[in-house]
Amino acid sequence: MPTLTETKSLTGSFTPEKFAAHLAGLPALPQWWLNRKRAAYERFVALPMPSATDETWRFSTRSTLTLDGFHVPSAGASAAQLHSPIGIKKSAKLVFVNGRLDSREPLAADLTQRGVIVDTLQNALHQHCALVKEHLLAQPPKLGSAKFAALHEAFLTDGAFIYVPKGVEVELPIGVFSYAAGAGAAVFPHTLVVADDNSKVTVVEYFGSSVDSDAHFAVGANDLYASHGSQITYVGKQDWSLSTLSFQLNSTIVRRDARVQSLNLHLGARQARHESLSQLQAPGAFSEMLALTVAHDAQEFDQRTLQIHQAPNTKSDLLYKNALRDHAKTIFSGLIVVDPDAQKTDAYQSNRNLMLSDDCEANSLPGLEIQANDVRCTHGATTSRIDPEQEFYLQSRGIGKEAADELLTFGFFEDVLNRLASDELHAALRTLIQTKFTK
Amino acid sequence: MSLLEIKNLHVAIGEKEIVKGLSLAIRSGEVHAIMGPNGTGKSTLSKAIAGHPDYTITSGDVLLDGKSILALEADERARAGLFLAFQYPSEIPGVSIANFLRAAQQARMAEGEELDASAYYKRLYSKMDLLKIDRKFTSRSVNDGFSGGEKKRCEILQMAMLEPKFALMDETDSGLDIDALRIVADGVNTMRGPNLGVLLITHYQRLLDYIIPDHVHVMYDGRLVKSGDKSLALELEAKGYDWVKKELAIV
Repeated sequence: MPTLTETKSLTGSFTPEKFAAHLAGLPALPQWWLNRKRAAYERFVALPMPSATDETWRFSTRSTLTLDGFHVPSAGASAAQLHSPIGIKKSAKLVFVNGRLDSREPLAADLTQRGVIVDTLQNALHQHCALVKEHLLAQPPKLGSAKFAALHEAFLTDGAFIYVPKGVEVELPIGVFSYAAGAGAAVFPHTLVVADDNSKVTVVEYFGSSVDSDAHFAVGANDLYASHGSQITYVGKQDWSLSTLSFQLNSTIVRRDARVQSLNLHLGARQARHESLSQLQAPGAFSEMLALTVAHDAQEFDQRTLQIHQAPNTKSDLLYKNALRDHAKTIFSGLIVVDPDAQKTDAYQSNRNLMLSDDCEANSLPGLEIQANDVRCTHGATTSRIDPEQEFYLQSRGIGKEAADELLTFGFFEDVLNRLASDELHAALRTLIQTKFTK
Repeated sequence: MSLLEIKNLHVAIGEKEIVKGLSLAIRSGEVHAIMGPNGTGKSTLSKAIAGHPDYTITSGDVLLDGKSILALEADERARAGLFLAFQYPSEIPGVSIANFLRAAQQARMAEGEELDASAYYKRLYSKMDLLKIDRKFTSRSVNDGFSGGEKKRCEILQMAMLEPKFALMDETDSGLDIDALRIVADGVNTMRGPNLGVLLITHYQRLLDYIIPDHVHVMYDGRLVKSGDKSLALELEAKGYDWVKKELAIV
């Protein structure tokens, strides 16, 4: 019998029995990884759920963060009903359903011969053990979701492993698709990208539900490692069903003269938390962090970012734009940290919110923590409403409210989309954003 | 053949009555000009007909082909065939003219019907050629950083693409030098024809040197006080608005 003093279970659906069953269902794992998973599960059990006093969860709705009512699927599902959301040419593709490889399009032979690897993490754990061990979930969570990060590590089944050797450029994007199938399915997608010195690669990731009406639980993570002089372009498209609870924890390391551009598009889920960490570790490193969100109905998007400048002459540029409709809510909390010897840091952080209704809510918490004295750091947040004259102008051309919102959202997003070098990718993102207005 | 009827229209902004019983009928093919001093309610009339939410129609009616449009939202009125050319068009950063017009065209199609993109661009380019507008123009954001002349040209292009039954042109000549004025007037004259009715609202006679109206009306204190042909505009130019005021005082 529940009593008033009963405390919420700290494990929810992810009980020790379920964890044991999860481990039993995996193929043989290297001992170090098995140990890490066990340690992660213990951390998950021990850590509390976010509390009211947690500054890293300020403004977040915590009452709807639940671990109950989900299950870890023991198998994938048929891929027949999966929609193909991104019609662009790719150099390789991995499709995961419920954390298991469902299908793949392999790399062209010449790229394989030059040492490029696009494989599953399960294979890479054995065949490229040193690389995986060095980079997989190597950065401790710093943005508040330690409990969920631990859950991800404990229940991670499979994911994508991408390695580009020194000096190799992969021209076409590599696609990673993660689907959740079956009501209540809990999934833990992971993508690990290692770009060796002076290499270049684009990775496009898509998260979706096989059936739009099913509720899922997703805790995804990625690790992007850009070695000296390399370039990674990462585009993540979160399109889970509208009843999904989603967490995505991204970590980026940028080395000397390397450049990482990430663009995260947030469309799906009823409540989605996104944490993004960029560490600029050597001179000349540049991280461009972009995000676009279309929030509608009662959706909540909670974005937390951290740009850490650990070396002199490093640059970061963050631009997060949210378009809000109906009763939607967004939270942006960003921090720029400049270490004492990271002189000549050039850091920028901007959160812009476009309010398309009177009932939506945008919260913004930009922050700076500078310990060096010769830096240029700019941050700011703006929230704007549609000018009624602008609205009337659109209406007077016969454009109704829904279409006007769509048009103004694209106008608002245009400068971010224009930062993508690939026109094809730009067009594919537009198409995907459009689906949000026709649903 | 269409008919736009304004019947004893009263319009208020807040508590203040601006248009005080104005009646006018415009048929397809006709160009009517309304002239009047500042503050007499000319712009209020055009915005109220187009459905601006700040303007309250307190009595009277506006009929398009016999049907009242007053219950329609502004976008519905536009789709029914009305077009308002703005005195001060809004800027819409990030939205190209091509995409803007495409959305306006798409809005006129039935649910589930998709605009044929290649046919749309073909039509857009032919209209631009007709109006002597450079092709690069449509990739610019709507009115964003435009000069006064460019803004008005953008309005004319939209009007050409949307092919309204009736165009309400609010002080289209304001802020234009003589070259820009000529370009805008050429555009309107190009579109003039049996399927278009035009209501030109202007303070000055000079626009009417380029767009010759069929009917000229003088508006004063929220009403039309005098109507005539194009010679009325010239008379007004020669004698000034005080002449109308004096005449009214006598009456």
